[in-house]
Amino acid sequence: MLELIKQPWPWYVAGALIGLTVPYLLLVGNKTFGISSSLRHLCAACIPGDVKFFKYDWKKEAWNLFFVGGIAVGAFLAATFLSDPNPIVLAEGTQEYLASKGITDTSHLLPAEIFSWEQLFTLRGLIFFVVGGFMVGFGTRYAGGCTSGHAIMGLSSLQWPSLVATVMFMVGGILMTWFILPHLLTL
Amino acid sequence: MEKIIQPIPVAQSDLAQRELDAMCVNESELKHPWWHNLKYSAWGVLFGIAFVKAEIISWFRIQEMFRFESFHMYGVIGTAVVVGLISVQLIKRFNIKTVQGEAVVIPNKTFNKGQVYGGLLFGLGWAITGACPGPLFAQIGAGYSVIIVTFLSAWAGTWVYGYFRDKLPH
Repeated sequence: MLELIKQPWPWYVAGALIGLTVPYLLLVGNKTFGISSSLRHLCAACIPGDVKFFKYDWKKEAWNLFFVGGIAVGAFLAATFLSDPNPIVLAEGTQEYLASKGITDTSHLLPAEIFSWEQLFTLRGLIFFVVGGFMVGFGTRYAGGCTSGHAIMGLSSLQWPSLVATVMFMVGGILMTWFILPHLLTL
Repeated sequence: MEKIIQPIPVAQSDLAQRELDAMCVNESELKHPWWHNLKYSAWGVLFGIAFVKAEIISWFRIQEMFRFESFHMYGVIGTAVVVGLISVQLIKRFNIKTVQGEAVVIPNKTFNKGQVYGGLLFGLGWAITGACPGPLFAQIGAGYSVIIVTFLSAWAGTWVYGYFRDKLPH
């Protein structure tokens, strides 16, 4: 059993579990699923400044912070006790493309060639960590949600603005991956 | 610690403020001690394990997805939407109440241009970092400590959005 759990999980197992988050949150506490709001609650809780957008009682949304805290703990447990020693199995096309950009280390979930502290103070590192992170935080709040709030919760409850947002997420990702990232990877 | 809740006009309420640009707020009438929040942490733990074990937090998997070379991430998100959709329909059809006996409330999302501009900006960032906000927490938890920088930057991005919100097209 443990051996089975340690292998990479198929998409339908993880997908079903993530989907069940929607009724779980609704039924245990009347909460609608969303993760990017946690960043806003952290702003409301910790960052001073007279910004109207962050002036609300964040403690009423504390459940969201407990939820994302749980995600970090779960990820720690999985990486510590359930990890799979084999390298990640990539689609051939992706593997060849990345190799042509000098990324060959598939022993971790993130490529060590980019995601390491040594890379942080390079131009590429600055873009991958600081610029990329900023766009994720700014963009999700501007869009009013992320993959969980829009693509999963929003689509599950048939809200068309969420479909617009999800389509735009994909458009942005495709533009970056095909037209900009090839240049960034070789910086 | 039980408080009596005074009804307040919705337009000025704290809820109206929290609802700005958010999917996931609503106002339960019930007040609980803090440890009730652990039921969200418990599910979060399960969620985090699935994130790691199905390699959803992997930068490689996001690359495959946007390059259309693997079905994996489409399968994950597609299954999640179908399961979520069926669940929401069942809750509505059979008027299923929360465990505390409240009616389930799913706030409606109104369209604004933010979903277009913000969505595009997030998509661009997603393909760089290989992570949406959920996986950021999971990557840090899984030991990729440098992602703390990405997280801090995302946090700052959210703050900067809040600061300039009134000047941005909506």
